[in-house]
Amino acid sequence: MTEISHLVVYVNGESVELAAASTLSQLLAQLEITTRHVAVELNLEIIPFEKHAECVLTDGDKLEVVTLVGGG
Amino acid sequence: MAIEIDSEQQVADNGALKVGSFELSSRLIVGSGRYENATVMKECLELSGAQCITVAVRRERLHDAAGENLLDFIDSEKYILLPNTAGCYSADDAVRVAKMGREILRALGNPGADWVKLECLGDSKTLLPDPVATLEATETLVADGFQVLCYTSDDPVTARRLKAAGAAAVMPAGSPIGSGQGVLNPNNMRIILEYLKDEDPDYPVIVDAGVGTASDVAQAMELGVDGVLLNTAIAHARDPHRMAQAMKNATHAGRLAYLAGRIPKRLYATASSPEEGVIATHPYPRGK
Repeated sequence: MTEISHLVVYVNGESVELAAASTLSQLLAQLEITTRHVAVELNLEIIPFEKHAECVLTDGDKLEVVTLVGGG
Repeated sequence: MAIEIDSEQQVADNGALKVGSFELSSRLIVGSGRYENATVMKECLELSGAQCITVAVRRERLHDAAGENLLDFIDSEKYILLPNTAGCYSADDAVRVAKMGREILRALGNPGADWVKLECLGDSKTLLPDPVATLEATETLVADGFQVLCYTSDDPVTARRLKAAGAAAVMPAGSPIGSGQGVLNPNNMRIILEYLKDEDPDYPVIVDAGVGTASDVAQAMELGVDGVLLNTAIAHARDPHRMAQAMKNATHAGRLAYLAGRIPKRLYATASSPEEGVIATHPYPRGK
């Protein structure tokens, strides 16, 4: 069995390639997203910002990253 | 000697809009959408005097994430943000978006994390609410600890059901969102106020959507609603800065007029100057 060197996750419907065993914090850093301005849902479950660093992603994870925009 | 209304009384008249655990200094709540640019938005929010600003929750742009963010232009230390569930057409989607909004505001440390402006739309052309989905989402969100401000139509029965489901405020639309038609059915607003405030006079009713100009805001406030929420009327005015000030003044004027109590409408005139001592002959016998 070969060791997995990378994984693919889906962020807002787009595939993103990551190093194996990446955390949510590392994903957001890779995407240059300001953590303080977003909420992240992993497979329909919100991950509180305090837990981003310990949240290890697995291949095929589906994430939604949302922020605030102007609205009425 | 002129009678002065002390500043404490003025605060009581104009400010202190209480919704759930929130107390707002202005009865005007304004949205942050549809402005020409973020700088105009920021200036208009300031001029409106509003303390509470509505915001929407949307997907982060992955390829331009380091670009402008709304939060670069709204001081989250100064304003209480009210996240909405705009664009949701089901209770499930609205609940999901409400939770995402709560998480963003929690990370920001903004007190608005505790509440949500619930929108469950039923139709994309009118943007009228789906009353069944709105009620269902209200129940779910209230059970989850949210203070729910419900966008709804001006139907008094639905308004009563939403209050009974635990809504922190009921927010009937004056007319369809962004339509600028004003309060189309003031009688329904009167009935909503009667139903929701009976034995609970402090229960907040806020006109949300449909106002086009300052007189619409004043009319709503004169009916006795606790506040007005608007967005497009300022953002799309020819001069948004002036309109923001007009809306602020109209909110104050309408509130003061409501508290002052309007005179009844009469068919015939009543003279403001005394008839006694008048130097004139009367063309008709008295009373004709």
